[in-house]
Formats: sequence, structure tokens, C-alpha cells
Amino acid sequence: MNPGTASAGEPLPRAKTDWVPPLLVAGTALAGLAFIGSAPTWVTLTVAGLAMGLLIFIMASGLTLVFGLMDVMNFAHGLFIAVGAYIAVSVVRLFAPAAAADSFLANLGAIVPALLAAIAAAGLLGYCFERLVIRPVYGQHLKQILITTGGMIVAEQLMLVVWGPDMLPLARPQTLRGAFLIGDIALEKFRLAAVVVGLAVFAAMLLVLNRTKLGLLIRAGVENKEMVEAMGYRIRGLFVWVFVAGSALAGLGGALWGMYQESVTVLIGAHMMVLIFIVIIIGGLGSVGGCFVGALLVGLVANYVGYLSPKIALGSNILLMVAILLWRPQGLYPVGKS
Amino acid sequence: MPGAGRGRGMIGSLLSGDTPRSRVLAALLALVLFALALAPFLFPGTRALDVAAKVCVFILLVASYDLLLGYTGIVSFAHTMFFGIGGYGVGIAMARLEPGWGALLAGVLAALAVSLALSFLIGLLSLRVRAIFFAMITLAVASFFAILASQLSDLTGGEDGITFKVPEALRPAFRLTEEPLLGVALGGRVLSYYLVFVVSLALFLALLRAVNSPFGRVLLAIRENDFRAEALGYRTVIYRTVANCLGALVATLAGALYAVWLRYTGPNTTLDFAIMIDILLMVVIGGMGTMYGAVIGATLFVVAQNYLQDLMKLASGAMQGLPLLPQLFHPDRWLLWLGVLFVLSVYYFPYGVVGKLRLMAVARALRRPPP
Amino acid sequence: MAEPLLELAGVNTHIGHYHILQGVDFAVPRGGLTMLLGRNGAGKTTTLRTVLGLWQASAGAVRFEGREITRLATPAIASLGIAYVPESMGIFAGLTVAENLALAARNGAPEEARLQWIFRFFPALKKFWFLPAGLLSGGQKQMLAISRAIVEPRKLLLIDEPTKGLAPAIINNLIEAFTELKRTDTTILMVEQNFHAARMLGDAAVVMDSGRIVHSGTMRELAADEALQSRLLGLSLDVHA
Repeated sequence: MNPGTASAGEPLPRAKTDWVPPLLVAGTALAGLAFIGSAPTWVTLTVAGLAMGLLIFIMASGLTLVFGLMDVMNFAHGLFIAVGAYIAVSVVRLFAPAAAADSFLANLGAIVPALLAAIAAAGLLGYCFERLVIRPVYGQHLKQILITTGGMIVAEQLMLVVWGPDMLPLARPQTLRGAFLIGDIALEKFRLAAVVVGLAVFAAMLLVLNRTKLGLLIRAGVENKEMVEAMGYRIRGLFVWVFVAGSALAGLGGALWGMYQESVTVLIGAHMMVLIFIVIIIGGLGSVGGCFVGALLVGLVANYVGYLSPKIALGSNILLMVAILLWRPQGLYPVGKS
Repeated sequence: MPGAGRGRGMIGSLLSGDTPRSRVLAALLALVLFALALAPFLFPGTRALDVAAKVCVFILLVASYDLLLGYTGIVSFAHTMFFGIGGYGVGIAMARLEPGWGALLAGVLAALAVSLALSFLIGLLSLRVRAIFFAMITLAVASFFAILASQLSDLTGGEDGITFKVPEALRPAFRLTEEPLLGVALGGRVLSYYLVFVVSLALFLALLRAVNSPFGRVLLAIRENDFRAEALGYRTVIYRTVANCLGALVATLAGALYAVWLRYTGPNTTLDFAIMIDILLMVVIGGMGTMYGAVIGATLFVVAQNYLQDLMKLASGAMQGLPLLPQLFHPDRWLLWLGVLFVLSVYYFPYGVVGKLRLMAVARALRRPPP
Repeated sequence: MAEPLLELAGVNTHIGHYHILQGVDFAVPRGGLTMLLGRNGAGKTTTLRTVLGLWQASAGAVRFEGREITRLATPAIASLGIAYVPESMGIFAGLTVAENLALAARNGAPEEARLQWIFRFFPALKKFWFLPAGLLSGGQKQMLAISRAIVEPRKLLLIDEPTKGLAPAIINNLIEAFTELKRTDTTILMVEQNFHAARMLGDAAVVMDSGRIVHSGTMRELAADEALQSRLLGLSLDVHA
């Protein structure tokens, strides 16, 4: 029971920003330094971790937002990642001379079309997927899990039909190969580029979510769809576009990840799915900020542990997830559902 | 389901009152039972017997999954983990101890203990989180276990797995009688097969008993509406956990049987995520929540996996020169067609083959004029 | 007599297996405040939600300004000029007060005159303008919920138990605001359990029980007849929390 409205003299409560999760990232980085010892190695690994983390963020952010807004968990999300990667392979092949040229601008002439094609293809596929596969099973979680898993199997097989089972190489553009050498420290050029792109995507998402009416609708819808409709907005019409955006982002992430790994197979999506699930669970289902922090943590941990103890590297992120869930069962930034 | 048409009498009691309720289904089940019971005599050759043994094991594995998915309404991606625990329990015991019946028993018991503990923990987890969250976590847990199995190579043989000797009576060279019976030598392989068959059949009937008992009916009530069940006084916590554990234990035994048959256990035969997908396909196409769906689904799947590919190779060869079609029918793409069947099942035949057959039988009965 | 703004005729609503509304018939006249009263579980909230289309009527008709809206989707119904303040208030905790109001103002930014009116009755909202609505106290959240419903002119306000769980001082504040609001063009249909507030604000009184309307008349009549009150509501209108 409240005593009444705040009188003029009372101080305003401050909007508390929860700084613990970002501090966790910094803490992990420092712990990494402590265990690794050598500063140059640590810098290389940290850049690798941030790059990997940001690429995972690009791939995962769409999935968490779709879940938060539409209450749909798409187990076939890896499909969009794979399509993005494969389309990038095909397009880069088309522009091979530009990709191999020694000028950054020329390289862009190959990469930009590849990334745009990846985004467009994944987005288009997302539209079809939402209409055909997801729409009929809104609200039925069991069927969603089954249908999207089934959809993934069919799609994977179709990709094998179109592109074949062999691993396809996806070379990095010429000017982004190799590394900058600063003293003892090696900073891979592509990884730095990935960090830049990742941060740009995050900034763009924050801008849309916090400064546009569309973003306002999405944020409100994640909390309480019903109330948004009661205020006169046809929010269900938005669903498909949010899904398309999420799929397009996954396609972008897939294309970039393919270049990061320098090769693409059909399983590229499936391999990422476990990591993506870990990231969005750690971050809190529905939270873009949580997804960002979670992705950075996962990227750093994967690279540090991969260097220190390759045997447990694969399992380390699962242990990280368990540790965080024991501390905050709803994830780092739980989305308050009214 | 309780109510009309419960058969009693000897067969009815054996099936715990859960009769097929469809003449076509009963015929199919009888056919499968007949084929499996007499497999060594009906289908000569190692490959055919291999297929039959795999059918037995997977019927059991899928039935145990149906207990979770169809009867309790839980989607778990960790079921192959329990299958693997059974396999590795046997493998590790037989490789490290004197490969006899004692070692086999020890391995199986150890595996059951581990599975019980894990499934208990997972069961408790399932009650605190939403279904989707739970599914994702089981996915992560299963991956972790698979990683563990391939990394702890001293214990598990890593990626290569463990090849081991089985008890004397089950070894290929062993002969029960000097004279062949009906043209088939009663050797270790045949005895192995009958071990697998009899245990699978017994456990399947036990599962049938479980789901047709009061326990099973409460599970169905919980699946329909857990709030209501809780309000009626049933501690859903307990029922869900017991269902989880029971499913896991049966899966473990299926894994042990499979390992004994193959005389090998490894990540590919037990822990591969592809197997988890296969189980999902089998249970949905066959029919969730029916137990018999597992029989139909597993038989269909394993037979297709082994023989459909030959058919597809023929088709693919016939289509050479046409765009895309040869690849669509390439034998390696058999999963594509099953995947399509799976998706269609979820949309249009949510009760699977068994459900459809039963509905057709009811429709037929309604059309008959009353006596 | 003028055409009623809102009319329910034989409305039935099922939720799952439960038959909640069993033939609801009443009309809300244009202007003024119609109070929907009744015991717990009588179906008052279900009635509001059915009008707004959040739950589909299984039978009967709901008419707004003479036009049938029974089968329309919620956003379409809201766009006709109906605003809703649910029992749970439905404010977006992660959005600021400003953002909550911005969202409610469908046709662009909130009008200055309106905002001033809102700030006059609910000064706390001005103070908390840039803070997340989740930080507001219960009473302040209710004020925000009501402000959202009136930030733009609406023809009909559906308000569900606005005084629930609030301190007397705040309740009086709300009563003042509603009294002032009644002077505008807005028609209000309000569900209330607090009989003091109901008596102060209601012009017409409609009483529900077990999914049906059992009494319909003026508030003055109901307030004067104690026997009727205890028969319909089990409690005298003079008793208040």
C-alpha cells in the first residue's frame, strides 16, 4: 500500500541500469588475462572472442526478439544462417576478381553484393517460412517445436540437393586477410572488421528500438501484446516483419561467419544453434541487451578456454550457461512479462 | 484410453486392455510381431537380421520417448543421452571386466543408476521452466554429454567408440545345438537376436501396462491441463518426474540391448543428434500417445532407412540428365522425404498412422446400422 | 430516447469449457458514467473484455453506435474510439511514462492542453516523465493507465476496478479526476467493487450475477434502497474500504 503521491521534496528514484552483466564481461576478460599470462596472446584472443561474440549476436538477436514478441521459438533458425552463408559463397564466386583484388574498395564490390544477397535471400525465406510453417502453429508450443525441427530437416536436405554435401570454401576478401602487427600483438583484419559490423548492427538495433515508434511498439508488444492491441494497434501485422528482420540478420551473420571460418557446410547453422540457444538463455529470452552481453561472454569464454584447454572448450559454454542460470534463473536481463 | 472397446480375455490382459481398436492396425501389429518373432527363420542373411534387431531396439526406444512426449507432454532432446548411457555402460563394463554375464549385468545396473540420477534432476528442472526453455536446455545437456563422451577417450574410446566381446553364448561362433533348426544354425547371433527380441517385447508390454494404469491416466490428465490436475490433488511434480525416470530407464535398457547386439558402442550409434531427430520422426509419424505408434513408426523408419535407399537409387538412376530430380531422389536424401512426411503428419495427421487408422475404424463402425 | 452508445443483446461468452456470460442484455446511454456492479465472479470483467473483443462472444451481439462489432478484432474495435483500462492496469513497465503516453496517442504527439489537464490531477506523472513506468507506485500506475485512456478524446472508456488496492487518499484523487472527466463528452462504463466510489460517480447502475444482468436503473435509486443493495450485492453501499 502506498502512502500517496510523492511530495515535491522527495527525491526521484533513479532508473537503475543493471551494470552487473557488462561488468561480468569485463571480469571475464580480466580473468582471461590472469590465466593466459601473455598480454599479446590475450589481446589476440580477446579480439577473436569479441568478433565471434558479435557475429553470434547478429545471428541470435533476431531469434530472441521473435521469441519475446511472438512467443515463437524457431528451432529452424539455423536454416537462415546456412542460406546466408551459401548465398554468400555463390555471390563471391561471381565477383571473384573483385574479391581477389588488392584494393579495399574493389573488395567491397564483392562483399557488399554478397552480404546484401545473403540478407535478401534469408529475409525472403523468412517470410515464406513464417507464413507457411509458423503461422498455423502460433501459441501451440509443442507443435512449434516439432514443426520447426521438421522444417529444419527438410531444409537441410534441400540445401544438400542444391549445393551438395562437400565443404565449400569461402575466402576472405584480399584486403582483409592477414593481420595488423602492433609490436608483439597480432590483430586479424577480418576479426576487426567483424567487430565493427557487429557493433554497427547493435547500434542500429538500439536506435530503432529506442527512438522510433516501431521500436516502441515492439518493446511494448514484448511486454504485453494484448494491451497494445487494446490501444488500437494491429501488432500481429508486425510479427511477420520482425520475423523477416530476424531471419535477414541471421543470414548476414551466416555470411560473415562463413568468411570467418573460411568454409561453409550445411551444418553451419546447426552447429551455431547450440551456441545461439546458450546465448539467448544466458541473456534472457526476449532481451536484445541480454543477448549482446551473453554473446560477448560466450565468445570470450570459447576463445580463452579454447586456448587454455581445448578439450573442455566445447563444453565450457554449457557450464557457463548453467552457472549463470544458477545465479539468475531467468537470464541476465529478464524481460518482465505483464 | 479408458472407456469403450476395452478388450479383456487373454490377449486383452496381455495388452493391459489397450487393444488396437482397428482391424487394419491389429493386422499390421500382428504382422510385425510375426516377422520379428521368426526373423532368423523368415529372413536369412546377416543384413536382414540386423534390420530386425534394430527394429526391436528402436520400437522400445521410441515407445519410451512416447511416454514422455505423447503421454506426459514433455519435449526433451536429451533422450539419446540415456540411450547412450545404456550403450556405454555395457561397453565399458565388457571392455574392462571379464566379458561374461556378470560384467554385462554390472554394466547395465551401473547405467541404470546413472540414468536414474540424471533423469531425476532433469525431471525436477522441467517443472520449474517453460516447455520451450526446457527443450533448449535438454539440447544443451545432450550436446554436453556427447562432447564428454568423445573427449574422455580413455574411458569411452572417444570418436571410435568401444568394441567388445559379449558373453560366450552370444558370440557368433557359439552353437546351441549341432543340428540346424529349420535350416538355420542356432548360433550366437540368433541367440543374441532372441535376447533382444524377448527383452524388447517384455519391456514394451510393461510400458503398455504403465500407461494403462491409474498412473498413466493421471499423466494424460496432466498433459491436458496441469492446473486442473494439480487442483484435483495430484502432485504433478511427482508424476512428471516418475514419467521422466521411467522413460529414461527404458531408453537405457534399449541402449544396452543395442550395444550387446552390435558388440560395439560409440557416439555415432547412440548420441548423434540425428538419432534424436529420427526418434521424433518415428513417434510423430507413428502416432503420439499411443505406444503402438512406436511400433509402426520404428518399423517404417528402420525398414525405409535400409531398403528405401535402394529404391531411391533406382529412381535417381532413371532420372539422370534431368535437372535437380536425380539429386532429390539420391539415396542419401531419404531423410528429406521422411522429413516432409513428418511435417505433413504434424499438420494433418496429428495422431499419426495409428490415430488415423483408429479414426477410420470408428467412422466405419458409426456407418454400420445399429443392431 | 437517444440511441445508446453501447448495446449488448443476448451476449454469451465461453472461456474453454466455462460458460461465463449467459445472456447479457444492457445498454449504455451516451454521456455520463454507467457503473457495472456485482459480486466477485459475476462476469463483469468478462463483459468488458467481450466488448473489446479480447474474448469472442459465442452468441449474441455487441453494438457500438448502432454498428455491430461482435466479430471485429480488438485493434479495430479500439480504433472506433474505445479505450480500455484493465484491472491489471496494463502499463508497460520497461517504457517511460512519456513513452507510455506517446504510444497511447495514436494520432501523433499528445495535445498540450490534454497533458496539462492530466498533470493537474496527476502531478506525479510529470515528475516521473522520463523514468520507466515500472518504478511508479501502484496508485501512480493507475493514474498513468487512466491518463493513457484519455490522452486523446475517446467516445467510450471501459474501466475495470480503478480503485482496487489503493489507499483512500488516492481513491479520492481518482474520484475527483473522474468527476471532472464526466463533464466532457466521454461516456464511461466502469466496473467497481468499491461502493463509495460507485455511488459518488455512477449515474446509471447495472448489476450482474452469475453471468446475467439482474438489475438496471439509476444509481440514485440503488443508493436509496438498502434492501435492494443487500439483496443484489450483499453489502451496503455505505461501507467502503
